[in-house]
Amino acid sequence: MMSTDLRSAMGEFKVHRVRFFDYMPSGIRALAFNQDTERMAVARMDGSVEVFHCSDRFFQEKIIPGREQFGIEGLSWVGERLFSAGLNGGITEYDLTNQKVKYTIDAYGGPIWTIAGNQQGTHLAVGCEDGTVKLFEVNEDNIQFERNLDRQKSRIVSLSWHPSGSKIAAGMMDMIQVFNVETGHSMHRMLADRGVGTSRSKECVVWSVVYLSDGTIITGDSVGMVKLWDDQTGTLIKSHNVTKCDVLALSVSQNEDSLVAGTSEGIVVQFQFVSMVLGKDDKEWVRTRTFRNHTHDIRAVAEITTAVVSGGMDAQLVVRPLLDKIEERSAASALRKIHFPHRRLVACARKSGLMLFQYPGHLELWRLGESEGKGIPGSSLFVKRNPEKLLHLKVKGEDHIRCSAVSPCGEWIVYSTASTLRLYRLHCDNNNISITKISKLPKVLSSANQLCFSSDSSHLFSASAQSSVHLVSISQSGCKFVGTLKPKSGSHQAIHLLAASEDGKWVASANSDHEVHIYNLQTRKAHCTVPIYSSAVTAMGIHPATNCLFMMHADQQMFEYSIEQKQYTDWSRTVQRKGLHRLWVERDTPCLNVMFNPQNPSHVILHDMYMLCIIDQSLPLPDDKTQFYNQLTLKSLTEEQRKSHSHAFKVCKTFKDILCVELMPDQSLVVVERPLEDIATQLPAPIKQKKFAT
Amino acid sequence: MVEQSEVRVVRCGGSKINLRPPIISTDSRFVLCASGDSVKVYSTRTEEWLHSLQGHTNQVTGITLNPANHLQVYSCSADGTVKLWDFIDGILIKTFIIGYPLFAIYVSEKHDGIVFLHIAMDTDSKNECFQLVAVHLPKSAEQEVEAKELSAVSSRISPNPSCTAFGREGQYIAFARHLQLNVYFFRKQKTYSFSLKATDKKGAKNAFTCIACHPADDCIATGHEDGKIRLWRNFIHTKEYTYSTQHWHHNAVNTVCFTPEGTNLLSGGIESVLVQWQYGAGNRKEFLPRLGGSILHVSTSSDGQLFCTSHSDNKITVIESSFKVCGVIQGLVKGDAVLTDLMIDPRSKALVLNGKPGHLQFYSLLRDKHLYNLDIVQQEYIYEAGLDQFEVVKAAFDIKGYWLATVEERGQKSSDLEFSLKLWAYDERTQSFVLNTTITAAHTDRIMSMCFSSSEETTMLVTTAEDGQFKAWCQGADADTQQDQNFWSCDFVGSYHNLKPTNCSFSADSSLLAVSFQEVITIWSPDTWELLTTLCQPPGVVRDLCFGQLSCSKYLIATTTRNLLCCWNLLTCALEWSTSVEVSKLQPDPLSENVAAFSYQSKHTDLFVFKPNEPRPLFTHKNVCSEKMHRAVFVPREEPLNNCDESSQWLNRSQLYFLTQNMDLLTFSTATEEDRMLSSSKRLVIDDSVAVTPFYLLLGKHRQQQQKLNTPSHPAADKPQQPQGSLTCLLLSFPSLFFPPEMEMESSEQEMNSEKEEEHSEEEMEACDSQQELRAQGSVDEVTPKLSKAQERELKRVRKTDFSWMAGLIDSKP
Repeated sequence: MMSTDLRSAMGEFKVHRVRFFDYMPSGIRALAFNQDTERMAVARMDGSVEVFHCSDRFFQEKIIPGREQFGIEGLSWVGERLFSAGLNGGITEYDLTNQKVKYTIDAYGGPIWTIAGNQQGTHLAVGCEDGTVKLFEVNEDNIQFERNLDRQKSRIVSLSWHPSGSKIAAGMMDMIQVFNVETGHSMHRMLADRGVGTSRSKECVVWSVVYLSDGTIITGDSVGMVKLWDDQTGTLIKSHNVTKCDVLALSVSQNEDSLVAGTSEGIVVQFQFVSMVLGKDDKEWVRTRTFRNHTHDIRAVAEITTAVVSGGMDAQLVVRPLLDKIEERSAASALRKIHFPHRRLVACARKSGLMLFQYPGHLELWRLGESEGKGIPGSSLFVKRNPEKLLHLKVKGEDHIRCSAVSPCGEWIVYSTASTLRLYRLHCDNNNISITKISKLPKVLSSANQLCFSSDSSHLFSASAQSSVHLVSISQSGCKFVGTLKPKSGSHQAIHLLAASEDGKWVASANSDHEVHIYNLQTRKAHCTVPIYSSAVTAMGIHPATNCLFMMHADQQMFEYSIEQKQYTDWSRTVQRKGLHRLWVERDTPCLNVMFNPQNPSHVILHDMYMLCIIDQSLPLPDDKTQFYNQLTLKSLTEEQRKSHSHAFKVCKTFKDILCVELMPDQSLVVVERPLEDIATQLPAPIKQKKFAT
Repeated sequence: MVEQSEVRVVRCGGSKINLRPPIISTDSRFVLCASGDSVKVYSTRTEEWLHSLQGHTNQVTGITLNPANHLQVYSCSADGTVKLWDFIDGILIKTFIIGYPLFAIYVSEKHDGIVFLHIAMDTDSKNECFQLVAVHLPKSAEQEVEAKELSAVSSRISPNPSCTAFGREGQYIAFARHLQLNVYFFRKQKTYSFSLKATDKKGAKNAFTCIACHPADDCIATGHEDGKIRLWRNFIHTKEYTYSTQHWHHNAVNTVCFTPEGTNLLSGGIESVLVQWQYGAGNRKEFLPRLGGSILHVSTSSDGQLFCTSHSDNKITVIESSFKVCGVIQGLVKGDAVLTDLMIDPRSKALVLNGKPGHLQFYSLLRDKHLYNLDIVQQEYIYEAGLDQFEVVKAAFDIKGYWLATVEERGQKSSDLEFSLKLWAYDERTQSFVLNTTITAAHTDRIMSMCFSSSEETTMLVTTAEDGQFKAWCQGADADTQQDQNFWSCDFVGSYHNLKPTNCSFSADSSLLAVSFQEVITIWSPDTWELLTTLCQPPGVVRDLCFGQLSCSKYLIATTTRNLLCCWNLLTCALEWSTSVEVSKLQPDPLSENVAAFSYQSKHTDLFVFKPNEPRPLFTHKNVCSEKMHRAVFVPREEPLNNCDESSQWLNRSQLYFLTQNMDLLTFSTATEEDRMLSSSKRLVIDDSVAVTPFYLLLGKHRQQQQKLNTPSHPAADKPQQPQGSLTCLLLSFPSLFFPPEMEMESSEQEMNSEKEEEHSEEEMEACDSQQELRAQGSVDEVTPKLSKAQERELKRVRKTDFSWMAGLIDSKP
């Protein structure tokens, strides 16, 4: 950790620069795009499934944490239902409303390598290790095994339905089989060539297959070829040598005029179905663009309406816009790389200087270091006491942590997995740290979607099913259920954000249907509902002095809602009327925390992955003509000129790859950084490529 | 006979053959390329220069085969004309006068009778602005037609002609400019534009550098500044257009070209590697590396069997489709800059200057042929920008051509300068120069100039350097070295008041050495190394100095930086005359008293030719070129002309070549020369109509050679080495009176020829005859160029009467 003096026009802060949170994102294994709801489902190596909203700036709406030994190999949407299959041999359906696994059934075919649903939404096909393609009928509440297609000798690696639902193409070792779904018999067997030279002895894995409505089958294989086959004759039409290594993933656009292929070199190659002679209909698949945004294997690609989404071993989700499909260029259509989850993984006990880091399988509690004296702005301070890791708390069971919290006083730690919720009490006498698990928890605390302590650490708020919030009082004697806060009406989507007011009067909850409910804790009734905005809430906080709810949305809009008056504040209306600065709106990561400076009530502190921002509500708003990042300019001006040039947004870009920013009561900031370079060094080595001039 | 003897600046000999893409004739027998003011025709098999198509009066800027007749070629020139030629016979068929300077020509099969031209827009502002226009060529029987039907296709195009190309079946024309690609469809009359960003985050430079269209598919290949090649498709949509990118070249792609079937794409750039991309197969490519200089253009023959690449070192390489080099046509090698002076090798009379990096090249201006390269540096040259590598910066020959001194240098930009002085001896056995002595620390600082003494007996080299010293080098004076080998060693070190010497020069008889030390010229006796006298004409540092030649050898001429041209009489040690003129280069003619001075004033260079003993210039030529001029040389003519006109007399003995800053080798031609050239080409035409009889063969051969004799001064004319003692050689000495009167034939067949012209050409014939005669008598050196007109006429009359007598003499000889 370093301590830095951060002094500028936006005020002076001592900064704890925390770099000991070794968060490692998990690699992306599968992608599935739902055209109708515009949701992208992402499966990661650790078994977690995330759902991104494609038209809402790719906000990460839902996270279903994974579990140990639960590798997902394929994802498939059937209607609005999401299924996954993995090497444990089971097919899993997810409950997206409550963000948990609905059920898992075994396919009895050994590890499953691929899963594909037909367009009609009636059947799921899975490819198994034992060489069978198994068809499952999709019923109202569950899926049911229907039958096997002709069993093959080798494992089924990839599957694709013909859009009509009558044929299935299956990629295997060294060959591609085309099945008639009616009869279950194989119609064609097409042999994929092995590589030349030494790779002759290695079998060719058909990693990915795509079946087009015109009967063309496109395959990507481990030799590095993208091959086009005719299903009528079972012959090869054309082959493109894309890479020297593997082509791991293929995806075709909805109207079948574009195809993307992801390779293990980390490049995405686009093919387009264009007419060779303009104005005529004889079209051919031509290799066109190449996108290089990854350093490691691309395990999954998906072409959505306006962009190519790719993910792989380097754990970043890359959204590369296709400019020819975009009507109007805007911030929503920029290249986007999603590295970190859009949730907070760090909780901070403000009063006692403790940080709680949430890893998938454990929690870590750290005490912040202390520094000495004052330095000149921008300089590092001498660290008097080093930060200290107090606790390493392993999760019981196989499930990964869904959410966690530490009370402001630092006495209580709570976490929840999909199945259990555990509350611990921390004893801290001198240097002896011990925890005790609170054993008798009320029944309502079996599992939570989001957890939050009240500011005086006397109550725990636990968001649970049906958008309800359970209120539990905690004390030395034990833990007592107080009541349940239920919204008056509306959706039952899971709550992903909770915010409690400083005076203990109010608590606000936000769910993935963009609803924000405010509850009065004295009456334990719903107080009001903030008008629903079209974009998801990414962060919110209640102002300690005015009790106004400040909300940040995925589209970078901000609202301030007066709880007492049940209406937007004047400042919020001014912001909406004047509009935000172009540069602010074009930022591509959501704000993850809203803080207030008790010493300066007009200051609101926000942060996203790249910057820290203080909004001074007393200053005029910038319009599109004013210089947005004006810190340097202001420095060069005199005191009087500064006044006329300053505006409400003061942005600090000193810190990068920010996971969390917290304002401590002693006016110091804690900035938790996780440099992407550090993540890159911990990734497995990529495929070695010859670089020019090396 | 030389009433209107006008002296004109021409590009003649040593011109660029890489200015525009070469074209291969349909039968793959000929390669045509634009070269200076003419189009040269080479054989693809023998790489020999066959003939050139002459008639343009300015730089030829584009050639293209006539799509309607594959034996004809269109050429366009900066003189504002498009000419149609029969390139096999070298006949000018038609001239279309456009009236604007033209910069490139494009044709398409589907656009019959229309050529597309680049013309410069007349703008007031200085920034270049080019226009692509379609010109309808009028069909008329006349030789010279004015084509005034211009229609603009695009008003703003790139000045680079590689950035325009015709698409499939001539349906569209694609042209790129900076970052924008435009495709104009003729049928729809609509332009589609596509733009690239100037740079991206990775630092790509996306500006277009070249363009090519697929012959069968609608696919446009573009080359870019950062070495990328993009293949554009679907370009009838402003949004759904798409392109794929290939990246192999590490620097700008200079040229892209599809093979005629469209199966392959050829590309080339600074790497001098020809890359063949398989069309539609992504990354599959073949390479042909180490072709020499960077590739500027690639073209293919219409059957796809031959490729032609033209290179920055003024070379055309003919390549078989199997990627085997089958021929190299080398022009005068032109690097980025010529650091050495232009020199004449006294033995071969070849022009010597910097050639390939680290080499000196020997170039025959008479045959317009590159002879050989002499590797001076003897180190591998690395083709990469920004590397500091050894370059030959100075070179000098002794008077007989036995010795060659060179200076190579590295680190001009940085402070740590490395240089070495090398002396090369001519080896009779190998007919080449052999390294004799390498002196690595000849001076402690950069060598500024050097010269050999001009005496016949002892050869001495004098070098001046920035360390304030000049040194004289002699052969074999060092006792330490072995006696039988004659190495060079230092003989004398001289300095003058610690001033920096700049120039040195020996007088014609080597009895005096002049070394200039800033403002002072010191005169030394090379025998005793005694400082004889100093001459000084302040203010201004001496920039260039030279001794007068022949009868004027008592004069020393010097120029200073303060625009002063001074002439001292060395007998009186007094200033003879001086004049205020800014002279950038002084060049004495070794064969006459004339001295040429190039003066740079108000953005153009003027030429003065004067004799040291006469204060009035013999000849002035204003606005020779627009740049400053630093290199010039007098090239001795093989046979002197006998221009009597005062303004062109100085060109009789030798021809003045000079090199502009953008590496154009220019020379001066007189009207007489051009007339001969023209008449000879006219005669060529008529020769073809004569039936081929045994007599004709004999006669025809003679006549051809005679024509060559008639234009001896013209270096572009072919000069095959004649086997001595053959029949033709014998015929050569016959006066032409014995042969049928061809002039009458000509005039009867070509009605256009007026009476006057006929007379004129007859006179010219006689002049040539007299010249032949003189040559036969071996009295070339006695011809004094200064004859009064009356004397000349008298002489002619005498010769005319002499003819029968002479003939009789020769007749009776065998």
